[in-house]
This record gives sequence, structure tokens and C-alpha cells, in this order.
Amino acid sequence: MRSILPILTVLCAILVIWYGAAMKLNAAWTYDQAARAGTDPTFVDVINDTMAQERPVLPPPHQVAKGLWEGLTAQAITSKRSLVWHGWVTLSATLLGFAVGAGLGTALAIGIVHNRAMDLSVMPWAIASQTVPILAIAPMVIVVLASLGITGIVPKAIISAYLSFFPVLVGMVKGLRSPDGMQLDLLRTYNASTAATLWKLRLPSSMPYLFASLKVAIAASLVGTIVGELPAGATAGLGARLLSGSYYGQTVQIWSALFAAAGLAAALVVIVTLVERLVLRRMGVAR
Amino acid sequence: MKDTLHIAEPVIEAKGVDLVFQTGDGPVHALKDVTLTINRGDFVSFIGPSGCGKTTFLRAIAGLETPTGGQLSVNGLSPDAARQARAYGYVFQAAGLYPWRTIAGNIKLPLEIMGFSRADQDARVERVLKLVDLEGFGKKFPWQLSGGMQQRASIARALAFDADILLMDEPFGALDEIVRDRLNEELLRLWAATDKTIGFVTHSIPEAVYLSTKIVVMSPRPGRITDVIESTLPRNRPLDIRDTPEFIAIAHRVREGLRAGHHDEI
Ligand SMILES: Nc1ncnc2c1ncn2[C@@H]1O[C@H](COP(=O)(O)OP(=O)(O)OP(=O)(O)O)[C@@H](O)[C@H]1O
Ligand SMILES: [Mg+2]
Repeated sequence: MRSILPILTVLCAILVIWYGAAMKLNAAWTYDQAARAGTDPTFVDVINDTMAQERPVLPPPHQVAKGLWEGLTAQAITSKRSLVWHGWVTLSATLLGFAVGAGLGTALAIGIVHNRAMDLSVMPWAIASQTVPILAIAPMVIVVLASLGITGIVPKAIISAYLSFFPVLVGMVKGLRSPDGMQLDLLRTYNASTAATLWKLRLPSSMPYLFASLKVAIAASLVGTIVGELPAGATAGLGARLLSGSYYGQTVQIWSALFAAAGLAAALVVIVTLVERLVLRRMGVAR
Repeated sequence: MKDTLHIAEPVIEAKGVDLVFQTGDGPVHALKDVTLTINRGDFVSFIGPSGCGKTTFLRAIAGLETPTGGQLSVNGLSPDAARQARAYGYVFQAAGLYPWRTIAGNIKLPLEIMGFSRADQDARVERVLKLVDLEGFGKKFPWQLSGGMQQRASIARALAFDADILLMDEPFGALDEIVRDRLNEELLRLWAATDKTIGFVTHSIPEAVYLSTKIVVMSPRPGRITDVIESTLPRNRPLDIRDTPEFIAIAHRVREGLRAGHHDEI
């Protein structure tokens, strides 16, 4: 109960600010309309109008909630107007990209830890890869792959993996190097092979680091997928909803898709956290 | 087995071993001209002030450091070859148990790496847990055990694969006197039961005298041996042997050796 109160307080504050901003930003259009019609609206009229415009500059929370609810429930989930369907399109590419990214990040980290040449050569490139704006790369990937006849989930998953391998790489390099000298010496006294050292010491030691980076990586995966859905031509996915919403000035649709994406990200991070707890408890190291 | 003990059969032989570490502030002479023979079934303690190279010598025997001069052999092999032949078990100052493995799992670690069969692993875990008096604790995780119990588990881990040499670097350094006495007694019992050759680093004169058949006194800068004392105590030692004149005489000689080493330095 004690932890609920601060959360509710913050939530209320956000709602108040949001409503205030919506009234202020949407009022201009109301006054415009009134001036054109030659009427002189009262303050209450203006307030009421800013709360229920077709295409508000900033939709108030209840409009977004309604848009979100209708998007989720008002039609069959296989319908192209259903947020559930778009969410699934985004989710499937996200999960594929996340799996590829996490696998790639882990594999590169294992290489870096065991091979001096890789240690010196891979990291600078990995860092450089993340300094290139993803918005510049995404359309190229989509276009190039489309010209090769590859469309659908794969190009998006590639962009998603491009963003998500990096945190896993950084976390796993640190995690695989976390065993101290004594722990490594102990295995040397057993004449343990490199592979045995990896399986029995380095990988188990790196679990806390792995999960910390997976939480970052899964959120990055989702962002990558949505960015991959933005280039013109995409018709499915939350990113496509965002884009078509902005084409047609459907601000409620934009905000609904935005909140659907945020909810999806939160759910994914929660799932990773639960898996983390389960794994660490199985390992006997959960507190 | 006991009969063979009387024939001196060298297991570890050091002849003029030198070891210099190259560090950022110049070379550190950790071992200088160390000559020592350890026979099968010996219990050898290394004692000396901090920094005199006790750990370094033990690590050199284990093939974890490479001497820069002299000859060192273990079972007639180079230390590195002996390490690859899994000739010894090493007990570090900290227990160093893996927190994600149970006590039994920790003891199985060397067995898994060395490819013992499943059934053999279980049998060995049972046996060494009994040896260190930890029966019934196999399923516990390390954090559920006291420091002394963890250290015993780490000794069990070093015993599990039947290496005939046991190297121990201040294994009881962090424990209180009473627990230490108990573990010392246990260690002697274990040594008698398993017939191992033991190299043991300690800072405690009574511990060294109580446990050892041979006490090696070392002094620092550069680390070298100043005295080697063959114990005249019987192999069978109750704790109260520490009040006998014989014990006190040996302890006195060790103290003199330490003091002499200290004088050289000043
Ligand atoms: N890896 C290393 N690199 C450089 N110098 C080292 C290294 N290991 C040990 N030394 C130095 O070698 C000397 C001997 O160290 P060693 O650890 O063997 O001492 P010790 O007798 O075990 O001391 P203590 O009783 O404190 O454990 C010290 O001067 C130490 O600083
Ligand atoms: Mg030491």
C-alpha cells in the first residue's frame, strides 16, 4: 500500500498537467472555428470543445484511453484496424530481432574475451555502429533488402537486432570477465579447458550482467522494430500506425499506438525480470 | 602404506629456485635461492613474515607462477606438467565456493572437469563430506554455511579427486582460535587417513608446530629460507601435546628463526 501512494500521486500530477496542456493547445482551433462562424464561445464552451475535438493537437487522456480501448477491442483481432493485430506484427519482429541480437551480442562477447585480436578489433566497430543514427540506416536496410526480394518480418528484425546486440555485448564482456584471479586459478589447478572455464565459471558468473543488459536490449529491440516500420510502404505494425496517423492528422491514433508500444515495452521488460528472478532463484543466488 | 613413509621418497624438489616479478616500479625478488626437498607423506609448513614469498613458492609448486631461475620438480615432472597431470589439490585462503552451486555441486566441480562418472562423483562427494565432517550439508548453498564450514567444504573439494599432494595457503587464516584448533585436529586426522603430502602456509607458530613434520622458516626481501626444522613430535598428536616441553622447544626454535630473519633485514 505504501508504495502505491507515491505512484498514484505522480500519475495524478501527470494527468493534471496533460489535461491543462490539452486545453491550452486545443483552444486555438476552437477560437479559430468560433471566429469563422462568428460566434463568441463562453469559457465553458471552449473547455468542452478542447476535450472532444476530432483532430486535437494534443488529445486529452480520456480520448487516448478511448482510442486505445477501441483499437484493442472494437474489432476482431485479425482486423487491420485492430491494435492487437498491429501489436502482434511488431512483437513478432521484436522477438526475432531480440533473439538474434542477444545471441550475436553473447557470441561476440565470448569471442572478445577469448581472442585478443577480437578484443582489439570488435569493440571499436560495435561502438561505431551505435553512433550512426538508426533513422538513417533503417530505410536503407528496408530498401536494399526489398530489392533482394526480402520483405516482411526479416528486415525489421535485422534493424531490431542491430540495436539490441550492443547492450548485450557490453554487459556480457563485463560479465564474462567478472570472475576474479583466484576463481580462474582454481580452474587452472584442475587443468580445466577453456570451454570448461566458460561453461562452469564465466557464463554462470555473467548471469546478473546478462539480465541487466537484456532489459535494455528488449526495449531497444522494440524501438528498432518500430523504426523499421516507419519507412513509407509499411502498412502493418505499431510503427505503421504511428506513421499513417501522422499522415492523416489522426492524433488520437498516434497516441493510441504510442501507448500500445509503451505498454508492450513495459510488458516485455517485466517478462525479462520474471525470467531473471526464476533463473537466479534456480541458481540459488537470488536474495 | 605406512611402511613406505620411512623410505624418503622426494615428491617436491626445489634447487636454487629464484623468482623475480617484473612490476611497474622495478623487479621484486620474491624468491631467492630456495632449496628444499619435500618427501612423500611429509606435512610441511611455511612460516614467515608477510611478503616473504610463501604464497609465491606454493604457487610455483602448483605451476601457477614460473620460477625465473633454478630447478623445481613435482613428482619428477615440471610443475606445469604436474598441474596438467592433476597432481595436487590447492586450497586458497578464501573458500572460493561458487555461490550458484550447492556444497555437493562445488565438490563435484573438479570431478566434472576431470570427467569422473556420475555414480563415482556421488560416491566421492559422500566420502569427502564425511572426511571433513560435513555429512548432510551437500544440498545446502554456500551462504547457508559458516565461514569455517565453507573452508572445510573447500578442503573437501581439493580432496575429492585423490591428488596425492595437497597445497594449502593459509586455509584457516580468517577463522577464530577455537574453530582453528578443531580444524587443525581434523586436518591431522585426515592426513593420517589419506597419506597425502601436504604443503601448508601459516602465520601461526603453534599451528605450524602442531601440524608439521617439517617447518620451513622464511624471511623477506628477498624471500628465502632461513631455517628448516624437522619435527621430533610423534605423528599421532593430541591437542594437549602443545603443552609438552618438546613442543615448546620447537616453537622456540621457530620463533628464533623468524627473529633472525627479521634482524638480517634491518
Ligand atoms: N603477481 C605479482 N606481481 C608482482 N609482485 C608480486 C606478485 N605476487 C607477489 N608479489 C610480491 O612478491 C612478494 C612475495 O609475495 P607473497 O604473496 O608470496 O608473500 P606471502 O609470504 O604469501 O605474504 P602474506 O603472508 O602476506 O600472504 C611480495 O613482495 C609481493 O609484493
Ligand atoms: Mg600469502
